[in-house]
Amino acid sequence: MAISDTTGGMDTTAGELHEEHHHGPAKGIGRWLFTTNHKDIGSLYLWFSLLMFLTGGVMALLIRAELFQPGLQLVEPGFFNQMTTMHGLIMVFGAVMPAFVGLANWMIPMMIGAPDMALPRMNNWSFWILPFAFAMLVSTLFMDGGAPNFGWTFYAPLSTTYAPPSVTYFIFAIHIMGASSIMGAINIIATILNMRAPGMTMMKLPLFVWSWLITAFLLIAVMPVLAGVVTMMLMDIHFGTSFFNAAGGGDPVLFQHVFWFFGHPEVYIMILPAFGIISQIIPTFSRKKLFGYASMVYATASIAILSFLVWAHHMFTVGLPLVGELFFMFATMLIAVPTGVKVFNWVATMFRGSLTFETPMLFAIAFVVLFTIGGFSGLMLAIAPVDFQYHDTYFVVAHFHYVLVPGAIFSIMAAVYYWLPKWTGHQLNETMGKLHFWLSFVGVNITFFPMHFIGLAGMPRRIPDYALQFADFNMVASIGAFIFGFSQLLFVWNVIQNVRSGEKATSQVWEGAEGLEWTVDSPAPYHTFSTPPKVD
Amino acid sequence: MSAPNVNAQESYYVPAQSSWPILASFAMFLLAFGAGTTINGLSGKADGTFGVVLLMLGALLMVGILVGWFSHVIHESRAGLYSPQMDRSFRWGMSWFIFSEVMFFAAFFGALFYVRNLAVPWLGGEGDKGVSQMLWPGFTAEWPLMNPPDAAQFAGPRAIVDPWHIPLLNTVLLVTSSFTVTLAHHALLKDKRAMVALWLTATIALGAIFIGFQAYEYVHAYNDLGLTLNAGIYGATFFILTGFHGLHVTLGTLMLIIILLRILKGHFDSRHHFGFEAVAWYWHFVDVVWIGLFLFVYVF
Repeated sequence: MAISDTTGGMDTTAGELHEEHHHGPAKGIGRWLFTTNHKDIGSLYLWFSLLMFLTGGVMALLIRAELFQPGLQLVEPGFFNQMTTMHGLIMVFGAVMPAFVGLANWMIPMMIGAPDMALPRMNNWSFWILPFAFAMLVSTLFMDGGAPNFGWTFYAPLSTTYAPPSVTYFIFAIHIMGASSIMGAINIIATILNMRAPGMTMMKLPLFVWSWLITAFLLIAVMPVLAGVVTMMLMDIHFGTSFFNAAGGGDPVLFQHVFWFFGHPEVYIMILPAFGIISQIIPTFSRKKLFGYASMVYATASIAILSFLVWAHHMFTVGLPLVGELFFMFATMLIAVPTGVKVFNWVATMFRGSLTFETPMLFAIAFVVLFTIGGFSGLMLAIAPVDFQYHDTYFVVAHFHYVLVPGAIFSIMAAVYYWLPKWTGHQLNETMGKLHFWLSFVGVNITFFPMHFIGLAGMPRRIPDYALQFADFNMVASIGAFIFGFSQLLFVWNVIQNVRSGEKATSQVWEGAEGLEWTVDSPAPYHTFSTPPKVD
Repeated sequence: MSAPNVNAQESYYVPAQSSWPILASFAMFLLAFGAGTTINGLSGKADGTFGVVLLMLGALLMVGILVGWFSHVIHESRAGLYSPQMDRSFRWGMSWFIFSEVMFFAAFFGALFYVRNLAVPWLGGEGDKGVSQMLWPGFTAEWPLMNPPDAAQFAGPRAIVDPWHIPLLNTVLLVTSSFTVTLAHHALLKDKRAMVALWLTATIALGAIFIGFQAYEYVHAYNDLGLTLNAGIYGATFFILTGFHGLHVTLGTLMLIIILLRILKGHFDSRHHFGFEAVAWYWHFVDVVWIGLFLFVYVF
């Protein structure tokens, strides 16, 4: 593979419009406000995501502190509801999704040999909407009547008839962050379809790129549906319509159908890029090619298609017709097949590889094991008759936290540790990384594993107080949450230290790493692949 | 090594730093925060005066940004900075944007089909669930729903819009406009600029008449038919679908006007006219949505 000289000029073509974009970054704050550089924008997304992760994390710790013992100790029940709602919204839309978009921005152009994203100014726009959207969302905490308190799923009529006035700001915040997601996704698709280096055929794409191509399709398909459902809420609240009100012939269940038609693909939006990351990391540290590349691509696509056909498994207890319960139950269980293919391929990649256990690999292996636990509890929840017992209990909370925390979040941590030397040019501090891993691994399991038991025993979610028999496991979960929460400070410290100083990293960084991103210097130059490399 | 005379494939235009995106984000924030405050004020949940100011500021700023940003892009395009590869990025971008719009309308069509075929019949006692109809035992399911379950809260419409008058006429107008915009495109491909302007003007006129008829129909619905947002689920689905469609036609007409002005200024030729095509695609999209509306909102 040829590597391009990245500082070459092409400055004679078009006068003053063609400004000096082939030099280094601009000076001062303006670099970040006005940038069109995919690496700058990737960094902005990642720092923003970290800030939101810590904000949402503080809310999670408030929730766990209240639940440390039965009875009401720290916060008012109303505020508790605002915390569960804001924690969910911030983690989903502010932490996990922007982190993956940040990784996409940084890595996709480098992985496919492109000079930048396809539409660089729109790229900056998609990022800068987010701080404004979240400023607006967080400002609702200080409004009369408090922040949204109806859960991150904002079911009507809790979110319409019985909502605080701040719901209107929540709706508009969702609208503009949706616009951000759609623009980000359009950019990613256009980049992957149009900006690949010569010879980089679709079936040579790194799996992180493939998984993002499919994720971006899901985003464009369902973010508008979310916009539609919040618009119907706005109309019901302020303009007298009756979409979600049976008195006018509407139906509160309609809300749930439209919401989950968005919501189920949304949860795959938060896991497919994670699959892509793990499929990059495991081969590197196994020093083997990924087992079953083509089947990985087809499995990811199958999961995406199935995600449109399973939404009502979130609604088994609302009174669906029997045929609906059966259809959604079997369609949901079908997803276990392509997911099983993926887990099998990861394990088969490691099988007889020469494995080493650097920090990214530790997070990746933990992902495979713990995500699979979350997948299996999902399979249990898919069984309609037993879901009548599990619905809205801590079993559901345990399930989706297993797929989101040691799933999505661990994959993001793994990705950051894996690519950080490429970004900063400094080798990772492995001791700190491993300490962070083990504390997180232990903390996450102490937090969420007991929730399976209290959920099966009947403890409902989103309740600040609970019956005495749930006390011990709740105390354990809260202790785990504080271990997990505070160990993230090690991550923050490690990243900041790595940005500031460290041993010089080589281009390849990791011994077994393959792909275009490892052929450029570490730190990656401000502009890479201004002339496309030739891929054989 | 990047040679000085790189070919088109190799020199993808990466724009320099730009202040449009962050300004646009700020304008969106003003619009969103202003709209929230204004609407809360309208329904008496909070004081809205401050909101109207923010909303207006946001709208002004956004209009300024749209004009400035698009001018900048047009300027770049005229300066020949966009390679065929850039053109493909724009094409992918516009196609996926239209797909996102399709999904936005799909949410409302989905809601319409759900209430028509499931929710309203269940309220009327159909199916084996035996609970819903106990809420309003006298309720009879029908579509269009003229008598919502709770008449005190939601008085149903007295009548609905007759599909075979204005809506049929509107269908003819929009379908014709899809043909005229295509004729304009064919004329552009042959570099017959006068014909392009003529057919574009015809398209814009048809769009404007359509919007006028829709406005007239809304007034008629409110004043004569009792068909309002408050008229139960039929009014809700009717206005959200036709309303968002009308907004899209309005936007499309504005876009066509810009394209016409650019044609008159001498922009575009038979080989370079992505801006024209993007607007034409958008116009066909609003036309197709209308066919769906005509069939499922008005006729059936």
